[in-house]
Amino acid sequence: MPEATLVEAINLALGRAMQDDPDVVVLGEDVGVNGGVFRATAGLQKRFGPERVLDTPLAELLISGLCVGMAAQGLKPIGEIQFMGFIYPCLDQLVNHASRLRNRTQGRLTCPMVLRTPHGAGIRAPEHHSESTEAMLAHIPGLRVIMPSSPKRAYGLLLAAIRDPDPVVFLEPTRLYRAAKGEVEDNGEALPLDVAFVLREGRDLTLISWGAMLKETMAAADALSAEGIAAEVIDLAALKPYDEDTVLGSVAKTGRCVIVHEAARTGGFGAEIAADIAERRLSSLLAPVARVTGYDTVVPMARLEQYYIPSVERIMTAARKVCQFS
Amino acid sequence: MASRRVNEDLPIIARFEVRHRNYLASDGSIQRPLPAFASDAKLLVALYRSMVLLRLFDRKAVALQRTGRLGTYAVSLGQEAVSVGIASAMREEDVLLPSYRDNGALLWRGVKPEEILLFWGGDERGNQFSGPPHDFPFCVPVGSQAPHAAGVAYALKLRKERRVAVCLFGDGATSKGDVYEAMNFAGVHRLPLVFVVANNQWAISVPLRLQTACETLAQKAIAAGFVGEQVDGSDVVAMRAAAEEAIAAARDGNGPRLIEAVTYRLGDHTTSDDAARYRAAEEVQARWKEEPLARLRAYLVAQKMWTKADEEQLAAECHERVEAAAERYLATPARRPESMFDHLYAELPDAYAAQRRELAGEHDA
Repeated sequence: MPEATLVEAINLALGRAMQDDPDVVVLGEDVGVNGGVFRATAGLQKRFGPERVLDTPLAELLISGLCVGMAAQGLKPIGEIQFMGFIYPCLDQLVNHASRLRNRTQGRLTCPMVLRTPHGAGIRAPEHHSESTEAMLAHIPGLRVIMPSSPKRAYGLLLAAIRDPDPVVFLEPTRLYRAAKGEVEDNGEALPLDVAFVLREGRDLTLISWGAMLKETMAAADALSAEGIAAEVIDLAALKPYDEDTVLGSVAKTGRCVIVHEAARTGGFGAEIAADIAERRLSSLLAPVARVTGYDTVVPMARLEQYYIPSVERIMTAARKVCQFS
Repeated sequence: MASRRVNEDLPIIARFEVRHRNYLASDGSIQRPLPAFASDAKLLVALYRSMVLLRLFDRKAVALQRTGRLGTYAVSLGQEAVSVGIASAMREEDVLLPSYRDNGALLWRGVKPEEILLFWGGDERGNQFSGPPHDFPFCVPVGSQAPHAAGVAYALKLRKERRVAVCLFGDGATSKGDVYEAMNFAGVHRLPLVFVVANNQWAISVPLRLQTACETLAQKAIAAGFVGEQVDGSDVVAMRAAAEEAIAAARDGNGPRLIEAVTYRLGDHTTSDDAARYRAAEEVQARWKEEPLARLRAYLVAQKMWTKADEEQLAAECHERVEAAAERYLATPARRPESMFDHLYAELPDAYAAQRRELAGEHDA
């Protein structure tokens, strides 16, 4: 099976979707001739023409609003926002229109669009390029929020997002774009959109994470196993809606849980999961649920970002503490 | 007006102009030769009838709101010629993207009055209306429908369909980036898209002079690379003619246009507003002389196309239609509470099924 990086897997999925369905269009800043600043759309304009792979003016609100109008007309637009730090002008369109067009017209108009954007820190990028504000998107009813953590899942989940009849925000872990490499078969097969992936089975502890943080989380699970702790690792992959059954089932088995995310702690998506576990699996818990997260600070620029992103060591410390509790 | 002093030694590299369109003066007299469609008495009467229906519909909606039977409502009083004139030049297959004050356009395009009441009465089913199924619902966040219009028009062009998108908004919306971003994109791709700004002089309490230093709003199109035209928005003949020309040009692949309809909001912003707080009664009084219904009626009467008996019959007809619509609206029961989940997604994800059951009064085993 051929190998691909995560960004190459994105590119394969985009090409496959455009080839299979003439209604799929790609739009964004520099997505055409340049192939996107991360090359996610490389070669697509050459294959499918400038009408379907469209360099937009430099206006993020416009990109998201165009997607709503195109989708209402039956196209399947895929908008690219160059960095998550530039997605905020799109919030008006996501909250007021994309996520509710189906509901406010009682199904008469729908919004099958995908908005893709790189997510997270760790590539020594300039200011405003390293945010992880997925929780604010996961708060919007009517939206789906997806974040893959491997090339294979990036390919299958992006195809699923494009084929889904509702709006999807697709967050791509920037520091895995080239660092994550793996087997990807370009077979047009989509993965389910609201199912979490168990990356590693274990009976002692459940580690839950998503996106780039799976890298540190898996490394921590390896190291913990050397200490005799068998950690189960769940890649949430879909934040909205998230797969409660897999999470709650795992916690019922292990009784101990650590949630790892790069985003700031307060109001982060980990709080949502911890609350669900407390409400519905309290009797299974052998220890309080712990969170290992980014700090409640502004994401620091390059010189300090390594101290902001949760480290393998921080995850292990939390895991040991949870395992030693009573 | 802001200072326009320039260095006259420098060469001029571009010149722009904005034209103004008007046929009927406020007394109904003819200012310049009328467009061809004006010889069609049936069409002029249809335009008049629609504006009268809209005015009576507004009156009924306000009465319902004042008696606690309708939510906040935005009247079209004084602006009837704008949305009626524009909609009358559209084809069924064209796509309307209205603002919240464009009831007249929806009614012309076949939306039932009771459906409009249902929406303002707080029921989403009002947007699942009998008008063209591809038309957008009212847009409440000001100007945010302009990028949708550009997306719609792009889709129409991509599929080589001979259809046009028509986007309506008010003067306040022209201050928003949304509108400029959409116009800019429409210009780049020469989209089949007509923007219509109903310049009613007031964005709630903020007068036009605090929105812009421009002499016209039509000239905003110039920065986006296409033609903007100013139209007397109280002259429905002018509105219809401007719309016909712009829509035909867009349909023929000649790109977008902006129509600035200069009009006046004779009523409050909505039923929740009291315009007397910020606007002098004398100003409103003076503007009543411009209003669109009396103007067209004066012309029709002078042309012997309309009589007092016609007027009385129309008033009775409209009254009956509006009362019947109100009764149907009031007789429509609310949906079941759990139906708020029905159109959240194409298929409700399992994650939210329990919430729906809770609202439905079903208890999990």
